[in-house]
Amino acid sequence: MSMALQGGEWADESGPEPGKNGSPLSRRTLVALMEDRPGVLSRVANLFRRRNYNIESLSVGHSETPGISRMTVVVCGDDAVVEQVTKQLYKLINVTKVTDVSDDATVVRELALIKVHAAPANRLEIKQLADIFRAQIIDISRDSMTIEITGTEDKVDSLVSMLRPFGIKEMARTGRVAMVRGAGGSNGASA
Amino acid sequence: MASYPARLNGAQILWESLLRENVEVLFGITGGKVIPLYHELANYPIRYVTVRHEQAAAHAADGYARASGKVGVCVATSGPGATNLVTGIANAQMDSVPLVAITGQASTTDLGSDSFQEVDITGITMPIVKHNYLVTDVRDLAQAVKEAFYIAGSGRPGVVLIDIPVDVQRSQTEFEYPTEVNLPGYKPHLYGNGRQIKQAAEMMNAAQRPVLIAGRGIVIAGAERELRELAEKAQIPVVTTLLGKTALDETHPLNLGMGGMHGEACTNLAMQSADLIVGIGARFDDRLTSAAKTFAPQARVVHIDVDPAEIGKRVRVDLPIVGDALNVLRELVPLVKPAIHEKWLAQIEEWRGDTHSRDILWQETDELVPQFVVHQIWEATGGEAMMVTDVGQNQMWEAQYYRHRRPRGLITSGGLGTMGFGVPAAMGVAVACPDCPVWAIVGDGGFQMTLQELATIVQERLPIKIAILNNGYLGMVRQWQELFFSGNYCGTPILGPDFAKLAEAYGIWGTTVSDKEHVVEAVAAAKAVDGPALIDFRIEREHNVFPIVPVDEPIDKMIRRPVPGVGYNAPREG
Repeated sequence: MSMALQGGEWADESGPEPGKNGSPLSRRTLVALMEDRPGVLSRVANLFRRRNYNIESLSVGHSETPGISRMTVVVCGDDAVVEQVTKQLYKLINVTKVTDVSDDATVVRELALIKVHAAPANRLEIKQLADIFRAQIIDISRDSMTIEITGTEDKVDSLVSMLRPFGIKEMARTGRVAMVRGAGGSNGASA
Repeated sequence: MASYPARLNGAQILWESLLRENVEVLFGITGGKVIPLYHELANYPIRYVTVRHEQAAAHAADGYARASGKVGVCVATSGPGATNLVTGIANAQMDSVPLVAITGQASTTDLGSDSFQEVDITGITMPIVKHNYLVTDVRDLAQAVKEAFYIAGSGRPGVVLIDIPVDVQRSQTEFEYPTEVNLPGYKPHLYGNGRQIKQAAEMMNAAQRPVLIAGRGIVIAGAERELRELAEKAQIPVVTTLLGKTALDETHPLNLGMGGMHGEACTNLAMQSADLIVGIGARFDDRLTSAAKTFAPQARVVHIDVDPAEIGKRVRVDLPIVGDALNVLRELVPLVKPAIHEKWLAQIEEWRGDTHSRDILWQETDELVPQFVVHQIWEATGGEAMMVTDVGQNQMWEAQYYRHRRPRGLITSGGLGTMGFGVPAAMGVAVACPDCPVWAIVGDGGFQMTLQELATIVQERLPIKIAILNNGYLGMVRQWQELFFSGNYCGTPILGPDFAKLAEAYGIWGTTVSDKEHVVEAVAAAKAVDGPALIDFRIEREHNVFPIVPVDEPIDKMIRRPVPGVGYNAPREG
């Protein structure tokens, strides 16, 4: 099971503005562990839709435990909204653990595949750009190159903006995955 | 059973499992994709009630569950049978009613192919259930049933749906009913935090103008006695929600009755003037609080609820306690110091007197007003009947004028506000409480949404007394049109049949009452009938429910009952 979902409604840092409950809006990263049962992803997606939560990105995949999936969700809202998202996630029977890792020291990564127009005359320049971002060229054809980049959203955004003038034919981004640094885990266990 | 574990088919496994969950009655309708289930049902000692529409099966199971405290069960076939359950499922889930809904489904080999009477009922119900299952392998069935009953009945109760493809009903496996469930993501938090409970007691001991708000959580937890102990020990007045109405005897002097949109002035004033609100098993919904930011502006709020997601959802909370109402109150009561709150209670009594003086019951009117009808039913049943209502004006008049003395004595659709709930829910109540009088107070609008169930009532010999408050309107909406939409009665006038004759056509005793003088004798006659009875009360057509708080106004800015000769008063100031 894997899925990524990205909304573009939240423009880059426009500064905090007050939410309906008075506290400032912020972007929070939640890590949720859930039993890998049929329909669990639609339960989560349904919850966000039904409760009208503003989700910026959501990505799901296997965790270290067989049968347990790990979801990273970036949610936008004031403190009360984020608290409700957490509590409502917990109400789903298949969700076993929800952690707000925003205030922890975390490593945060996103992976993107970007297929860009690349006439032979531009190949070198694109290759140099990729090198600057420590991205990989993973496919090449007569008039295109496909670049794989891993990093924070900011880093991916920067490469994307540099590549745009060449013409981006296709792009796939995974959305954020996050992990707390050090021995402590988001799954409640310490390694 | 010769050998153990026995090899059984899915249908047998389902019924064996239900027996082990102590299920004594099912409400449902058969259909193509549940025939194998019904083929085996005849061999099991489970009462089965065939209704006339699946919505009624869900409402009846809901009424049964609310009245008995057990998990209600309804059954429907796939496709339209399943979709007809949806309203009843949403209704039960909104009011935290433990319900297991069983549906048939297209064969696993046909799933997803838009086969005949196939519908994705697990997908459809996902946002309106506590949990649901599509069982595609008969080996998973017993475990799913075990989990379903556990989830439905524990923590904050709710609905669990089990969708069973028809081939799963027929395939065989070894049956052994699981003795336990393993749900790592579901651990209801039943005991409150001791430190927080102590803090709540301190806040109550320090409060000058405390108010308890009792919700359905008290009823679900069976904490009525503990609530009374708490209220009496510290002399704290109790406001109830609509669904919390039976949490405390309504003749108890500390019970201020239902608060909120149609709460009495004294009740709402108490909440708005309180310096401490302790909500117990109540979710502070908009019908209680109106706009959340205007609610109880002077009060600190303690919120006790078994569902952590309810805390802080609508109103700001100063002290949360997550736990079952019974467990928390048992710990809280000994920590609360006896108090008198003399000034506060005297103030409330003064407000009460004012409310009482405006009560239409004590005004001279020759019209057949609904308040008088409900009052007479209350007198005739001593406040001890199981009362079931429909939704709208009839519901609010019942809530205002029937003073319940019996725990679980009011069965009504609170959160979803489902018209048509009354009569089918009353069937479930009558099954759960065969020795108690059951009255359904309904309007002519809601009654016409599910009146096909009169046939079920007769077939099952359910001695339900139906009182129709018939005003020829969808009355609550008409009232809003009158008060807030310049009297534009678009879509609200409705015709109805001669309900007494209709009752007779079904074989039910029926009568029509058009004037005040005949109310008492009609109620007595219906009560005396050995079996179901129906009274069609042709009430004053444009009578309103007062008080009413206009939407989003603070709950003390209400339109109060008109005083004779003056008409409606303006919303009160302050």
